[in-house]
Amino acid sequence: MEYKLTFKEYNEALKKNKLLGLKCNSCAAITVPPKMVCRKCASPDMDIVELSGNGKIETFTTVYVAAEGREGEVPYIIVLVALDEGPWIMGNLIDIAPSKATMELIGRRVKMGHKVFCGDKYSAGDGARPLFSFET
Amino acid sequence: MRKVAVVGVGQTKFSGAQEKTGVELFAESAMDALSEASLKPKDIQALFLGNCLGDFTEGQGMVQAFAADNIGAFGIPANKYDGACASASMAIRDAFWWVASGFYDVVLAGGTERAATMGTSLATRTFAMFSDSRYEYPCGITFPGVFAMLAHLYSAKYGIPLEKLKEQMAVTSVQSHRYGMLNPRAHFHKEITIEKALGSPMVSQPLQLYDCCPFSDGAAAVVLTSEEKAKKLTNQPVYIIGIGQASAGPLANQQEYLPRIRAREISSKQAYEMAGLTPQDIDVCELHDCFSIASLIAAESLGFFDFGQAGEAWEKGEAAIGGKVAINPSGGLKAKGHPIGATGAGQVYEIVRQLRGECGERQVEGAKIGMTDTLGGDGGTLCNLILQRG
Repeated sequence: MEYKLTFKEYNEALKKNKLLGLKCNSCAAITVPPKMVCRKCASPDMDIVELSGNGKIETFTTVYVAAEGREGEVPYIIVLVALDEGPWIMGNLIDIAPSKATMELIGRRVKMGHKVFCGDKYSAGDGARPLFSFET
Repeated sequence: MRKVAVVGVGQTKFSGAQEKTGVELFAESAMDALSEASLKPKDIQALFLGNCLGDFTEGQGMVQAFAADNIGAFGIPANKYDGACASASMAIRDAFWWVASGFYDVVLAGGTERAATMGTSLATRTFAMFSDSRYEYPCGITFPGVFAMLAHLYSAKYGIPLEKLKEQMAVTSVQSHRYGMLNPRAHFHKEITIEKALGSPMVSQPLQLYDCCPFSDGAAAVVLTSEEKAKKLTNQPVYIIGIGQASAGPLANQQEYLPRIRAREISSKQAYEMAGLTPQDIDVCELHDCFSIASLIAAESLGFFDFGQAGEAWEKGEAAIGGKVAINPSGGLKAKGHPIGATGAGQVYEIVRQLRGECGERQVEGAKIGMTDTLGGDGGTLCNLILQRG
């Protein structure tokens, strides 16, 4: 069975600020990141949809200790965002100094852009991730 | 299905970076485990070994074959398990089945790792490989980052002000360091205070240095045999009476369960049902406290305390030796250390010795039933074992 939405296609779209997911024709749930089957009901019958990228912050952290090769990026904020379409997704947050991140971020509305991690010797290429900023 | 006993255990001291190889560390713990049961390497019919980063730590893949040969268990089948930090628990669980099925009578299981040898920078990179590499690593996710986000979520979900939660988290670290003082094989022998924990450097907000377990080097080994064989080998068999294991996908996809770890609830339910026991029956538990907040999350999902209440339970001493359930009397991952591929076997080592009454100053009096809880990745692998004094 052919994979409907591969990482390569998802990644290329995200680099154009388009967040792609899969909508299940059996239960209507949205699966993102893409998988072979629906993350809720395991049906392989899904269509590619473009998601808004809008949502609200569920949780966050500011990272101060970096992995090898990413020392130049710290400190940075990682967020889990509940998209308006339902799924949660991991991204980074701009618009606020990392040292100023507090519990007040939880519940804030955000919109999506993107940023590309250029990859390292272990990563088999680059990877874009959502880069969130405040909606208003 | 036959009853399966642990007849011998061994563990090296868990430590910072050291010069012994992964094979050498495992060999030491394996010979100690065999010697407890008066068994010889030639008696072992198979080796199941946890090791997840041997390739990065010392350029050694397929370490299990070299380990079997090194200890003189020539030619036996040797399997390696990678479930990140839960690797050795998976190895022991599978060893259980091979003995329970009647196929083997004597199996050696365990784990070895040199996580400290890698240093913080490479260790942080390689541990992040147990998160989703394509969809989540580009964000710069790290292991402290995962549990830091769970800490904020825990605070929000259960309505515990972050400042209060951080104090409760510090209490778990203080308790673990206190018990680590009593464990000669622990990585750290140093008491800490709440003030010291709350004043330590920030790793990933809100987790500070003393909220995090160390990267450790070390190994541990466990010999499993059939009940019939065990009765001939030892007058102190410890039986494995419940096992569970479960998996999960990327962290964000676990959304509706967080900060609870769904795989833990599936896995522990299997173990409790198989043993015919409930959380109230557990006297002593070695659980996966890779971070202070992880202790609270684990103790709640294992059913020891209500959701959102574990921090208070720790503060009241209910998780201490002599409390409702003695949690991590070894010092846990926090103070005993975390040589990831060996950690689950280190937990079994402690539980078996607790059930045999050999733990001296940190002995849980009268302990009859013990449990282990080992988490790999961000809940991607979860394994639980329940053991009973024979």
